[in-house]
Amino acid sequence: MPEIRNYTLNFGPQHPAAHGVLRLVLEMDGEVIERADPHIGLLHRATEKLAESKPYNQSIPYMDRFDYVSMMCNEHGYVMALERLLGVEVPERALYIRTMFDEITRLMNHLMWLGTHGLDIGAMTMFLYTFREREDLLDCYEAVSGARMHAAYYRVGGVYRDLPDQMPKYENNKFRSDKEIAKKNEVREGSLLDFIEDFTRRFPPLVDEYETLLTDNRIWKQRTVGIGVVSPERALQMGFTGAMLRGSGIAWDLRKKQPYAAYRKMDFDIPIGHNGDCYDRYLVRVEEMRQSNRIIKQCVDWLRNNPGPVIVSDHKIAPPNRVDMKEGMEGLIHHFKLFTEGYCTPPGEVYAAVEAPKGEFGCYIISDGANKPYRLKVRAPGFAHLAAMNEMVSGHMLADVVAVIGTMDIVFGEVDR
Amino acid sequence: MTRFIDTGLARRQKVLAEELAQEFGEQGCKIKYEFGEVTIEIPKDRLIGVAVRLRDDPDFHFELLIDACGVDYSDYGKSEWATGEASFTGFGRGVEMDKQVPPEADGEQRFAVVYHLLSIANNTRLRMRVFVSEDEPIVDSVTSIWVSAEWYEREAFDLFGILFNGHQDLRRILTDYGFVGHPFRKDFPLEGHVEMRYDAEKSRVVYEPVSIQSRTLVPKVIRNDNRYQGSAKQSQDPADA
Repeated sequence: MPEIRNYTLNFGPQHPAAHGVLRLVLEMDGEVIERADPHIGLLHRATEKLAESKPYNQSIPYMDRFDYVSMMCNEHGYVMALERLLGVEVPERALYIRTMFDEITRLMNHLMWLGTHGLDIGAMTMFLYTFREREDLLDCYEAVSGARMHAAYYRVGGVYRDLPDQMPKYENNKFRSDKEIAKKNEVREGSLLDFIEDFTRRFPPLVDEYETLLTDNRIWKQRTVGIGVVSPERALQMGFTGAMLRGSGIAWDLRKKQPYAAYRKMDFDIPIGHNGDCYDRYLVRVEEMRQSNRIIKQCVDWLRNNPGPVIVSDHKIAPPNRVDMKEGMEGLIHHFKLFTEGYCTPPGEVYAAVEAPKGEFGCYIISDGANKPYRLKVRAPGFAHLAAMNEMVSGHMLADVVAVIGTMDIVFGEVDR
Repeated sequence: MTRFIDTGLARRQKVLAEELAQEFGEQGCKIKYEFGEVTIEIPKDRLIGVAVRLRDDPDFHFELLIDACGVDYSDYGKSEWATGEASFTGFGRGVEMDKQVPPEADGEQRFAVVYHLLSIANNTRLRMRVFVSEDEPIVDSVTSIWVSAEWYEREAFDLFGILFNGHQDLRRILTDYGFVGHPFRKDFPLEGHVEMRYDAEKSRVVYEPVSIQSRTLVPKVIRNDNRYQGSAKQSQDPADA
């Protein structure tokens, strides 16, 4: 008679459904999880320590690399903290640009999440669909910052530059026919705003398409309904934010409750779940995509009609334009001082938080009056979510672990920092 | 939802600071209101009592622990390099790595644990700080009050070596298995102590002393800028705007 005993299973760190470098040590009773112990830190880069040895502006690109699927939202949290510390008023146009790009980022993040979540639990096609749209949004990043992922576009006091009048276009190549390329370039003829507006028109039917594939899909429901249920009380205890909290039925969204950028003037709704299971969180995020689309539309309309500066004119904080720098002594000195030494902040401490796609992304900066942060602490939403792993998967089957990892929307850049 | 409906966040924060001062002022807690944010400094032995009140009292109702982290104050306000002296010949791009962290100043406590709280019911934020000394870096764990503190305290232990009394599972979390030292302390060098590579001959991973040296490319400049002295700070108060 064989001896029956519990055994320990290593899940990851090289498992494709581990979303990066999660090592999960599972204690199993047959196929049922008794205890899950996530081992994190395989992607720990000590970014917070690195930031302590660099002038403030040089840490902005590091922010992109925290949650590397919602880049600009991370930058937003960091520059907002510095702006509060410095007491800088950001020009209104910059606030609208930030709002628009935060929402573009949210779409990018949710598309990535939906694709991989689907892929993990058997809906292969989703991945192909969502990455098709994500490509267009990456083009927006490229148009505005030159980089498709790690944009470093937000600056203290505004954004790096105004929206471009041209979109980058596909070039003829041997892999695609000229006709196909001409078709792809059709929507890229106008300015960036034209392209984004066209996208907002195209996007809602595409979300309907995703929903056709998943929302009433029997297999999808079997894999997500009643899996990883979190009650509202437990969600608060475990420090959930963002869609994880709203999926449990708590209407909390920083964009509404503690509005920043131009969210005060936006018209949008906050979807909340009812049961707190993976399916509800799926519905919440899909609805968030529709709402983001609405916000982007409103921003485009405003930005078309309101030209203006996009960064403060205080050259102690923001660089002077190239002409002033090349021709004027004062501009040259400002430029030199800013890029060699940076700017000093008043001593003190601030915590600024934004509603990143995954939850509350916050930056806590302690300054001792120097040109470098004395201590930077990044509050990553995924860290708190992953800490709840044990509670969410205990008693579930092994296959459900994958669904729970997917629903948490884990990205290791921010968990490990 | 409850007390504050149409007023702004900054206004609520100011009211909160006054209420906290009334409630906890006598217990030796210090309340600061800066940049529109409220900080409460709690004596180490009162942490649990105050934290429970902050969570359960309907006036405060901080049901969400957003973040907790360690801070090492040993280098606070010390510049790496006096730029005033470097202006004549320009300054070299490297700095001698002889920086020693001086021993703890009189009565100053080296470490602190900083907690960020959020009240969803009242829509307010609060920062709690507890100072601990280098000799005895032990704080009571708040995991019994907020479960989410569990990993944050592990992180503070890992990176700063602060111990949490009553924590069930105080293991390292971010650093490598078998890591030595607490990397976010100010006396831990940026480049670390060991580096790792795969040795083809031994066909395993080997650890060696680091071969790189970090350079200070931009000095840490600490100025007492006139813009931030005295009245300038007062006018930044968002509640008055």
